[in-house]
Amino acid sequence: MRYEAPGSIESAVALLAQEKGRAYVLAGGTDLLVRLRGGYIEPDLVVDVKRIESMRKIVPEAGGFRIGAAVPAAELGEHPAVKKLWPGVVEAVELIGSKQVQGRATMVGNLCNASPAADSVPAMVAAGAVATVVGPNGKRNLPVEEISTSPGKTTLAKGEIVESILLAARPPHSGDAYLRFIPRTEMDIAVVGAGVNITLDDKGVCKAARVALGAVAERVLLVGPAADALIGTKLDEAALDKLAAAASAACRPIDDKRGTKEFRIKVAGVLARRAATIALERARKS
Amino acid sequence: MSQVHVTAKINGDTTEYLCEPDETLLDVLRNRLGLTGAKEGCGTGDCGACSVTLDGRLVCSCLVLGAEANGREVRTIEGMAHGETLHPLQRKFLEHAALQCGICTPGFLVAAKALLDKNPDPSETEIRYWLAGNLCRCTGYDKIVRAVQDAAAEMRKG
Ligand SMILES: Cc1cc2nc3c(=O)[nH]c(=O)nc-3n(C[C@H](O)[C@H](O)[C@H](O)COP(=O)(O)OP(=O)(O)OC[C@H]3O[C@@H](n4cnc5c(N)ncnc54)[C@H](O)[C@@H]3O)c2cc1C
Ligand code: FES
Ligand code: FES
Repeated sequence: MRYEAPGSIESAVALLAQEKGRAYVLAGGTDLLVRLRGGYIEPDLVVDVKRIESMRKIVPEAGGFRIGAAVPAAELGEHPAVKKLWPGVVEAVELIGSKQVQGRATMVGNLCNASPAADSVPAMVAAGAVATVVGPNGKRNLPVEEISTSPGKTTLAKGEIVESILLAARPPHSGDAYLRFIPRTEMDIAVVGAGVNITLDDKGVCKAARVALGAVAERVLLVGPAADALIGTKLDEAALDKLAAAASAACRPIDDKRGTKEFRIKVAGVLARRAATIALERARKS
Repeated sequence: MSQVHVTAKINGDTTEYLCEPDETLLDVLRNRLGLTGAKEGCGTGDCGACSVTLDGRLVCSCLVLGAEANGREVRTIEGMAHGETLHPLQRKFLEHAALQCGICTPGFLVAAKALLDKNPDPSETEIRYWLAGNLCRCTGYDKIVRAVQDAAAEMRKG
């Protein structure tokens, strides 16, 4: 295995694109190095992107924030302005692992690792986050929900690197929230995760909503019917019941040692409802 | 595999070493530099026994490559005492008997110091959440939490 730590994204892309063998991007390494040490992957080349200055920054952009792909979770958690604008995204990122893991793990690593249970992904999908991808054929922007297709698989082509994530500006009276169910209080993999993002009008009626679920299918799901259940309502009990039903209906989970199918389907509705209630409180205050 | 040449600042001293590209910082510290304070409990980021700081950030050294430390600053448990004088956290761990076998202790101390550097007056809940990535199979967590609280109180007095 070769280890390279280029100083520019162009050289990182070139290194990855030219490699004949198995090549991987290294961000925080909290997934990659576990797999490497466990012998699950045998890379020929690892390209560390943490020396690329532009990827290590959080930059304000048009009222929102562009988060460099190499920014660790701990740094995002220490950024009061991002936390204020997108509390749901930051709370999801802050659920990843321990303080030690937070010192290294990135939101983009969480996304590109392509686990359906990745905590920050439903929150990003609900937020309508957009990834900027740089590759041998130039730059493209794509919605975060178009990156992962199934466990461990992404739509990124050979040589492509996610450079940053844009968390856009948001209208007044907007709020988002992320909740996960785990059997413990810390350090566990989501059995179900739910991200909800809403915008209210001046009268408190929901005019836009996005609902995303994790760990209930082969990838994170953006659930249109769940959002539709909220739009045009004041998130009263009837609307929240409909939201929960739509969220449960969208699930196609597996059974495993951490949760049965039936349990996951039920909990998805419960969590979507609770996350919507938190998002509502935040929207009313903003 | 050709080895990587690394220059890093370790506990304040500029240190050079050669390592394999896939070798962890934990293995470099223990096997090449004789700094055996950081322990390998799991090797997968779960136990915190290998905790060190990298450019001031708390990390698991089992999930850092030795090569990544080039030009960076690493602090380990070996850098915590000043000569013969123990850090207040170390003293309080002894006073409170916050250890038995001691395997987890360097990790707890490094992690607790990182907390107190950021927040000199953490609540018990904050301490417990901060240390959730450090596992202890012998002592239980109460004595450890008391030791951290006591050390923090003493350090606040200056
Ligand atoms: C103890 C422990 C606890 C954990 N707990 C949680 C948890 O609670 N919730 C959770 O969701 N996850 C958890 N994880 C998993 C992991 O920490 C997260 O998925 C993390 O966000 C991964 O980010 P990273 O920067 O470390 O990724 P890396 O390991 O560096 O990379 C992950 C994958 O993404 C690719 N990649 C990284 N960056 C890019 C990029 N810019 N462009 C293209 N591809 C890229 C890599 O090649 C690799 O395949 C845990 C891990 C550990 C070790
Ligand atoms: S040895 Fe590194 S976390 Fe357990
Ligand atoms: S004292 Fe033995 S593991 Fe903590």
